[in-house]
Amino acid sequence: MTPSLHLWLIPALPLLGAAINGFFGRRFSRQAVSGVALTFAGAAFLMALYVAARFSSLELPYTEFLAHWIRSGSGPHMFVAEFEFYLDQLTLVMLLVVTGVGFLIHIYSVGYMWEEGGFYRFFAYLNLFMFFMLTLVLAGNYLQMFIGWEGVGLASYLLIGFWFTKDSAASAGKKAFIVNRIGDFGFLIALFLLIKHFGSLNFGQVFTSISQKPGESTGFGLLTSIGLLLMVGAAGKSAQIPLYVWLPDAMEGPTPVSALIHAATMVTAGVYMVARSHVIFDRAPNALTVVAIIGTLTALFAATIGIAQTDIKKVLAYSTVSQLGYMFMACGVAAYSAGIFHLMTHAFFKGLLFLGAGSVIHAVGGEQDMRKMGGLRQYIPITFITMSVATFAIAGIWPFAGFFSKDEILARAYQANPAYWFIGVTTAFITSFYMFRLWYMTFWGDYRGRDSAGHGHADPHGHQGHGDPHESPMVMLVPLMILAVLSFTGGWVGIGGRFEHFLAPVFGEGASTGATEALSHGTEIILVTISLSAAVLGWILAYQLYLKRPELPQKIADMLGGLYQAVVHKYYIDEIYATLFVKPLVDGSTRILWHGVDQGVIDAAVNDAADGARHVSDAARHMQSGNLRSYAGWVAAGGAVVIAYMIWMGVR
Amino acid sequence: MVPISYYLILSGILFACGVIGFLIKRNIITIFMSIELMLNGVNLSFVAFAAQWGHLSGQIFVFFVMVVAAAETAVGLAIIIAVFRTRETLNVDQVNLLKL
Amino acid sequence: MLHLVLFLVFAAICVAGAVNLLVQKHPISSALSLVVVMASLAVEYLLLGAEFVAAVQVIVYAGAVMVLFVFVIMLLNAGEEETTKGSRVALVLGVPGALAGGLLVAWVLIRHSGDTALSLGALPGYPKTIGWLLFHEFLLPFEVTSILVLIAILGAVFLAAKPETPPAPTGRKG
Repeated sequence: MTPSLHLWLIPALPLLGAAINGFFGRRFSRQAVSGVALTFAGAAFLMALYVAARFSSLELPYTEFLAHWIRSGSGPHMFVAEFEFYLDQLTLVMLLVVTGVGFLIHIYSVGYMWEEGGFYRFFAYLNLFMFFMLTLVLAGNYLQMFIGWEGVGLASYLLIGFWFTKDSAASAGKKAFIVNRIGDFGFLIALFLLIKHFGSLNFGQVFTSISQKPGESTGFGLLTSIGLLLMVGAAGKSAQIPLYVWLPDAMEGPTPVSALIHAATMVTAGVYMVARSHVIFDRAPNALTVVAIIGTLTALFAATIGIAQTDIKKVLAYSTVSQLGYMFMACGVAAYSAGIFHLMTHAFFKGLLFLGAGSVIHAVGGEQDMRKMGGLRQYIPITFITMSVATFAIAGIWPFAGFFSKDEILARAYQANPAYWFIGVTTAFITSFYMFRLWYMTFWGDYRGRDSAGHGHADPHGHQGHGDPHESPMVMLVPLMILAVLSFTGGWVGIGGRFEHFLAPVFGEGASTGATEALSHGTEIILVTISLSAAVLGWILAYQLYLKRPELPQKIADMLGGLYQAVVHKYYIDEIYATLFVKPLVDGSTRILWHGVDQGVIDAAVNDAADGARHVSDAARHMQSGNLRSYAGWVAAGGAVVIAYMIWMGVR
Repeated sequence: MVPISYYLILSGILFACGVIGFLIKRNIITIFMSIELMLNGVNLSFVAFAAQWGHLSGQIFVFFVMVVAAAETAVGLAIIIAVFRTRETLNVDQVNLLKL
Repeated sequence: MLHLVLFLVFAAICVAGAVNLLVQKHPISSALSLVVVMASLAVEYLLLGAEFVAAVQVIVYAGAVMVLFVFVIMLLNAGEEETTKGSRVALVLGVPGALAGGLLVAWVLIRHSGDTALSLGALPGYPKTIGWLLFHEFLLPFEVTSILVLIAILGAVFLAAKPETPPAPTGRKG
């Protein structure tokens, strides 16, 4: 019997930090607030390391019971949910990524947010987010996972709208939360179906019951429905088509928030959930196909939008959506370990890209428009080097981290269906293009920002009359450097299939559709060469357009005319949603629910009741006329009634 | 030999006259007199029933009713005098300070 | 026979007096009609044999209470009744209500009393017997009524007393 790991400490420590900072932080000094936040975030990370150290001696999957929660009903249909934790290899990977990258971002935020108001609030929210994310990752049943799921949505809302006095930030926060909720609706229905048909939400029980059922090869049976509904939830949380619209708007939040929540951790919750539910998806191939298609299409779609964006954070936002598409594509072809591998490397390089972007924005005094940057590599060399590492990683250049994870996905996609692979390679080409575009526009050429005073729009981070761009303080640079090392080496755990082997007990790889025979070595070499060439091609194209002959992009844009406009305006998706969904909803709500129901029925009922009472009393008050004779009249009449009643009673 | 119902009818007529007088009349003293008329009507039926059942307590009760009526008349008229002093009128419709 | 005739005559006088009370405009006329009613009622009591009650009726009711009424009417110099628009309710609701109530009660009483006929002087109420009852069975009510009368006297004196006028200020102090 293994002694308890006290897994509950891992989420509880950040919660404690959030409580301390939230309730008392207003009176603390900045040093105290950051101290508290870093201590508890760091403690969570240390606990995760401790768990990793004890990992080999554990019997997996390791479950830990914390407390009783729900006991509903009785007898054979009793529904029980407990507060419990579930630990296996998948959990461990997520745990290390979340606590590790989270801790680095906490450190970075101390420097980035030093000048901001509401310092304590930021760190309280950040710690709160860690608590919910860790609850999600460590959950032992779907209901607890849902708590974490909703909670990270809440934390995201709070952090996106951190500068809540700004209209755009407040709206972005609302948009994120509401679109998330649409996905959560699907998730909830999936949970209800699980409860109804399997009587429990506990991972162990549910997966055991499901694995005893046969697979559904055709049509839309129960498991397919559950899978599709879970995918709806994942699409909301992980910004896939059609619920991705909140992620670009979420860039209104501070950059460390974008790094932590919208790159490394929260948006990956959807991928984690799909991977965790692989038992369901393995038996519902139609659902899995839908997952793959959504992932692939999103990857391509978002990448195309990314090439025309001028705000450095928006490029990275669409890039995140696109890379998440890759992860879902991987899960969709039952290559779950590849998806998780990419999740891990993506956390490293995307987190680094966002933190680096924050450093760049800090350097140029708040400007986020890349057209006003350029030539920054002389001013901020360390940021330049680290961001270059990240750019190479995301483009998938060997031997950086992205290469290994992306290639793993592409190889498995090819095995499933060459169409996925083709779109994936095209997307890789586009990814490489826009990332190097960003790289060139930001760091190479001449600095174009000297004339503009550099007041940033979304990130009010500048000072007046900034002068030359300057490097960020060490507290911001050290996390960048650590993440750069991870972006460089992080992929090497995948060599020789070691990562896949590590996760194999979770996924039982090979028991799913297709992909039973390994690719021949020759095919693999060809695939790798093609994808590498695509990446390099993108690089060269970016070099040509943005360094060599910078007047070309404008000419191409003019040539493409309407098509280019559509891409710049994100294919007008936000406008379409507004007309199709938002406006009718708001109008209907105003007319039907507000005027019709609230004012017409509820208010009217209350007001009319009051009016009615008034009218009745108005009529009745004539009885109290102050006139003796009318009183006597009433008494006589009343007396007659009473006498009549008594006689009637006596007669009966 | 007079059937008892005759006495009761007479009593009822007197009582009804009293109530109607109370409702119709405007002079407060007249109203008071209607009350006395009501009491008298009731007294008659008490005595009639006493005779029917052979119980003298009916007559005793009449005695007490008269005493009470006398006391009530005294106090009531005193009140009327007090009201007359302040309101200068005996018209009951004008004693309506309780009107809303 | 004589009983019936006497009853009807004095009943007629009684009702005439009661109706006259309603009809007359001047309160003094109504007061005098009431005296007539009381007197005829005294005769009715006598017909039933209640001699003591009849005597008390004449002495107390007709002799004292009505005298009091007449005194007050004279004192307040009550004039003819003005016709003021008073209360519609009293007429519309009250009168029919009173009539209905009265009729109902009368009907019930008559139905339940059967056809018992009372003879002349049916229940003799000698002063001696009444006195005996008053001081034995009904002693408590008797004593309580004496206190009631005392209270009434006090109340009447207090309520009707002339309000005290403050003494006229004299020329010198002290």
